[in-house]
Amino acid sequence: MTRYFVRKLTIYLLTFFLAVTIDWIIPRFMPGNPIQTMLSRAALRAEAVEVMRGYYLKAFGLDVPIWQQYLNFWKAVFHGDLGVSVYLFPKPVIKVIAEAIPYTLAILVPAIILSWIAGNKFGAFAARRKWLDSTLLPMGYFLTATPYMWLGILLAWGFGVALGWFPIAGGYSFAMTPNLSWKFFLDLLWHWFLPFASLFLVMFGGWAIGMRNMIIYELEADYSQYLESLGAPRRLIRSYAFRNAILPQITGLALQMGTIAAGAVVTETVFSYPGIGSLIVQAIQNQDYFLIQGCFLFIIIGVLLANFIVDIVYLIVDPRTRRGMIGEI
Amino acid sequence: MRGKCWIFLGLAVLSFGLAFGQEFPRNETLYISGAAWGPPTDWNPFITWSKANTSGTVGLIYEPLFFYDPVKDELIPWLAEYGKWKSDQLFEVKLREGITWQDGTPLTAADVVFTYELGKKYPAIYYSPMWDYLESVVSVGDYYVEFSFKRKPLYQEFMNNLYNIAIVPKHIWETRTEEEITSGANEKPIGSGAYKYYAHGPDRNVYIRNEDWWGIKLLGLKPAPKYIVEIRFATNNLALGSLLKGEIDLSNNFLPGIATLASLGYVKTYLPKPPYMLSANTAVLFLNLTKKPLNDPAFRKALAYAINVDAIIDRAFAGLVSRASPTALLPHLSKYVDQDVVARLGFTYDPAKARQILAEAGYKDLDGDGLVEAPDGSKIYLEVTCPFGWTDWMEAIRVISESAQAAGINVVYRYPDYGAWNTALVTGTFDMTLNNWASLSNTPWTVYNLLFNHPIRDIMGSGNFGRYNNPEIFALVDELAATPPWDEEGMKSICSKIQEIFLTDLPMIPLWYNGLWAQYVEFVWKNFPGDYEGRPHWLPCTWAGYWQMGGLHTLCVIEPAK
Repeated sequence: MTRYFVRKLTIYLLTFFLAVTIDWIIPRFMPGNPIQTMLSRAALRAEAVEVMRGYYLKAFGLDVPIWQQYLNFWKAVFHGDLGVSVYLFPKPVIKVIAEAIPYTLAILVPAIILSWIAGNKFGAFAARRKWLDSTLLPMGYFLTATPYMWLGILLAWGFGVALGWFPIAGGYSFAMTPNLSWKFFLDLLWHWFLPFASLFLVMFGGWAIGMRNMIIYELEADYSQYLESLGAPRRLIRSYAFRNAILPQITGLALQMGTIAAGAVVTETVFSYPGIGSLIVQAIQNQDYFLIQGCFLFIIIGVLLANFIVDIVYLIVDPRTRRGMIGEI
Repeated sequence: MRGKCWIFLGLAVLSFGLAFGQEFPRNETLYISGAAWGPPTDWNPFITWSKANTSGTVGLIYEPLFFYDPVKDELIPWLAEYGKWKSDQLFEVKLREGITWQDGTPLTAADVVFTYELGKKYPAIYYSPMWDYLESVVSVGDYYVEFSFKRKPLYQEFMNNLYNIAIVPKHIWETRTEEEITSGANEKPIGSGAYKYYAHGPDRNVYIRNEDWWGIKLLGLKPAPKYIVEIRFATNNLALGSLLKGEIDLSNNFLPGIATLASLGYVKTYLPKPPYMLSANTAVLFLNLTKKPLNDPAFRKALAYAINVDAIIDRAFAGLVSRASPTALLPHLSKYVDQDVVARLGFTYDPAKARQILAEAGYKDLDGDGLVEAPDGSKIYLEVTCPFGWTDWMEAIRVISESAQAAGINVVYRYPDYGAWNTALVTGTFDMTLNNWASLSNTPWTVYNLLFNHPIRDIMGSGNFGRYNNPEIFALVDELAATPPWDEEGMKSICSKIQEIFLTDLPMIPLWYNGLWAQYVEFVWKNFPGDYEGRPHWLPCTWAGYWQMGGLHTLCVIEPAK
């Protein structure tokens, strides 16, 4: 068991190290220079330019050699000090991200978990009912193939503009300021619903299709046929089949984590939802080195953490893995 | 069971969504949009380039000595009771008595002196160049400030700064370090203005009325809305939707389709008929003179004749803008346009003339593809750019490219991201691009200082992006800067000389006047300014730098609709 964990952890740490290094390198390969951007925005006269250039070089830690910048970055990562944003000067990057992360987590985590649960349940349910299978599963194919932003725009138009039931922009009402009250919490929920729904629906379709295929496969397997021939109740067979079918879905969940970040980006843009997604788009458009670095760092950490959790869950759920480890080198 | 849970939660969310109240009473709140470009991060009047995101910083929270009314072309004494030139080199300002800061401390001449002297101490303050000719700023008693100049000052720059420099409280700022003053966020700002900072979010700024504002007593002005909520929409169609529903009252965004909506009465605009909008700045096509063949004046002239500005006005703006004067001056400064020069050297849309100019200058189509090559035989390939997402400009440069190609000049259009476009602009790596920083001001000097900014440096951050190097015109611009405002004839004669050289060389091409986008609905507030019978004339604009040019006055004249 420990060997399994040690191996897994090593792989994760290696991935983290490489990913963070790439994260550090990428903005530096971007054309453009953050100091230049800052100075040209300020439109200063010649003497002032030199003074401010020196100041900005220090403020952004760019006055040391490259290898030292790299080490400083690692130090900063462990201290949680990700520098100062250029686009949102003089706000520290960590503060910018901290304000945006709750919104992104709020739409992503429930969407991922709930769509996985509901999708699998629905897929399993529909697998053996002919009428459901032939009418609603095509819907599932359609949903899973739908681009997130297209569904987002459709929902915004349908429920937000045409029916007027939900707001189409913002994290919370423009008539309120954040405070600890039911009113504000409900307002947050009201604004959260459509972005959440557009992520949920697309993923739901995918899980439903996947589960339905797995269930059919399992129900055709030898042990299912055998149990049926013995006269076992349908529910028992189905519950065994379900447990076997769920395993590839768990793996699929781990793979999904990486791609869902892209879904969040477009969904947040469609709904003007103030999460990490919108932040990344703005940071890239404004060539803000440090904000891009910081946002991607969070995504890297989030995805790796989620994968690690799913690995543990897989371990718990599948006894074969546990057995198999005893014979592992 | 689980299914029922979802239905219940869904219904609960919906019903509560419809039932809850609002923190800001709707009839006391003015919702506006169109000023902010990004999330608010600082309320520091000395960080000029981020003020678009917190546009109320100067005008609502902090105030300058004077305001400016572009419609009447006059400076309005604001914190100052009056300002007068006691001699060529001495300017006296008398402050109003009874002005207090938002923390109750009285505003006195010491604050004005302190604010101006910051420019002397720190070169990073944007008005520090004034100290080249400013000798001293002293207070005489509590309410008199005397500006004395070493020699003939740059009058135009000084007068322009009078309504742009925000006076800050000495007792709060004198203990701050240079870093805090030039790049600090200045959260919880204390100014002298009609509104205080209330709250902000990544997509909004909220201001609350200062009930002890000095203007209520001393000017008899009281802004009507208690709260101002300024919203930043990610896309213009969201702003349009909100405006039509009445969720926002005034929008200063460029909204597509507004001409149709205004003609049908869904929204109101300043002018009742096309172009519906006033002009705010001149859209100028900058040409990079360091690149061939843009360094050839004949080529540039041909380009000017080739561009179909009417098509731009029609396709990109649906008639919301008007063609610019070739001198780049806005209509309210038309007295400085030398009509004679324009009649002789001005240009219009004339592709035949463009082709003629090209032919005479030696540009021939050598390979028969319909596009000319340079006199030395080399192929011509030019890119005209604008930031991606600025849909009106994107359409405009498409028109520029098409009409240039129709006249035989190979111009293609590109939409880089804003960051890349801005870098190319100030570092001079672009070919041709649009820029509209030549905006409303009290003097023609600001426009010409932008177009012919000098000296030429590595980074041209304030203008003359095409790096036009002409010492004669630079000297004229400096002479204009040093002309006193009471010498109107002198200003006109210098402008005429500038325009003569400008239109002969044509280093950049003024195309159209970008509009002062303003559209409003009257569900909650009415009596917005406009060119209607009995309505006030102020500019209903909330952009940074415009609160003191009519925005604040707009707040004082609107009334609740019910």
